[in-house]
Amino acid sequence: MKLNNEEQAMLAGDFGPAVKWAMEHQLQVGRMFDAEDMVDVSQAHMMADPESLGEAGVAFTEKLAETDISVRIPTITDPRGVDLECYEPIGQTESMAELERRFIAACKRMGITMTNTCINYQTIMPPVFGDHVAFGDTGVVIYSNSVCGARSNFEGGPSALAAGLTGRTPRYGLHLNDNRSSTKRYQVAEEPKDLMDWGVLGATIGRMAGSYWEVPVIEGIEKIPNSDQLKHFGAAMASYGSVPLFHIVGITPECQKIEDVDGQALEATKVTKETIRDLRAPFSAVGSQVDVVVFAAPQLSIIEMSELSKLCSGRQRSPTTDVIVCTSAQVYADAVSMGYVNEIEAFGGRVLVGTCFYQQYAREIGEANGWTSLLSNSAKIVNILGGYGYQPSLASMEACIESAEKGIIVQ
Amino acid sequence: MKKELKCHVGIGPKVEGIALVAADNFSARYDLDRINGVFSRPQHKLYGSSYKDVILVLNTAKGGVATAWMLYEMTSRKIAPKGILFNSVNTILAQGAALAEMAMVDRFEDGDVTKIVKTGDHLIVCPDEGKVIFVE
Repeated sequence: MKLNNEEQAMLAGDFGPAVKWAMEHQLQVGRMFDAEDMVDVSQAHMMADPESLGEAGVAFTEKLAETDISVRIPTITDPRGVDLECYEPIGQTESMAELERRFIAACKRMGITMTNTCINYQTIMPPVFGDHVAFGDTGVVIYSNSVCGARSNFEGGPSALAAGLTGRTPRYGLHLNDNRSSTKRYQVAEEPKDLMDWGVLGATIGRMAGSYWEVPVIEGIEKIPNSDQLKHFGAAMASYGSVPLFHIVGITPECQKIEDVDGQALEATKVTKETIRDLRAPFSAVGSQVDVVVFAAPQLSIIEMSELSKLCSGRQRSPTTDVIVCTSAQVYADAVSMGYVNEIEAFGGRVLVGTCFYQQYAREIGEANGWTSLLSNSAKIVNILGGYGYQPSLASMEACIESAEKGIIVQ
Repeated sequence: MKKELKCHVGIGPKVEGIALVAADNFSARYDLDRINGVFSRPQHKLYGSSYKDVILVLNTAKGGVATAWMLYEMTSRKIAPKGILFNSVNTILAQGAALAEMAMVDRFEDGDVTKIVKTGDHLIVCPDEGKVIFVE
């Protein structure tokens, strides 16, 4: 890879051992993907929950922080694994909390801003069209690439941290124009209605595309979706297919017409009602008892919090069904002032701040609370939690609340 | 039987081990019980299998970014595969291998590596040279 003078100095250790590690890490990754040089990035977003980090990851980060290095660009964080104001009530342990505290301290020492959110494109500083960034969390990356027209690969925690320390990332993948053209073409038969529908459609296309290196272009969406709908659509697509970029003809900024993304000659695959039904089928357990209803993945926006609070108003959850809601600190403050949190808590729900359910020791909290049967309106979370010992089901937000009220999964 | 497979230059050290193969995708978060070192997702083709010290041979990545930290965490406890061969990696897997110093290669010239390599094959993986050698 071609390095400029400053990058060579970083590699030589002139900026300290942390930056040297970061540049070495980036060169290894860049070499694997044939990057020719580096590209400056304006922001980094780091995923790093303590379950993923473990003792080893936390110790690694502390060691970097001990060199008194600071990040060179705004570097923010994905949801935490422990809400330090509310961890014992959901079955998390002091050792989990302590690991979290150590990591937060190390990040702050390096100048990292603890935003703890996977909806930074709604609440912090959305990237702009053409903006090169180094974002983690697949939902953040696919939204930023597709809806904002920014440019990011999936940057795992270590690589996002490296980008924060060097202010750049290897120029490969979605930083290059050639890799942003469509490779698969899908025609949607029926437009999604609610958030769950958008998630299921995204999941269906993600599963069909099935690779990081595929770029779906989608036709058949006439009504312009809102940010929450595209949030669930993208997060589910990335979850099922590891897909980091999609185009919707006439809607997303790089694709006003299909020729803009070279999709006109691609053979179209129809996304039928049957295909969508097939995806949903494993996540249907109507009539079964539900142990926990979860609203998360991605964290809820203020609009979702508003809708949820209206559904909760004047109702009460079943004593056998817990309700967990995950949102960001930025949204939480507004949701408190608007009375949304009160409504959700009066229903019997618990609102966690700066976390996301699947990132907070999902196996351990499931065992601690006796949660096996789980219901959510997030197509992403039901895809993840099967491996954590849950039997996940999918329903609309309305049906989730009605199920929580009755203790039984309703249609 | 081929003696050697050519692939793209990869990441990590040269390693030797026994293959565990599935035509399935991979995420450390979605698919593994990392405490016990087994595939824990019931739908995965390697469900119930131990991945400790083997050379995994799989199709590609799925899901999220957590695998990047998790490979490092798994390696630190020595409950990890020695290496992973993929038809196609995503960026997260490569980044995780770089931090964990785990052997990882992809893009095989002879086609679908999950069909070429069989479970139980004895392999040497050479990421720097972009090749995998079958040991008789």
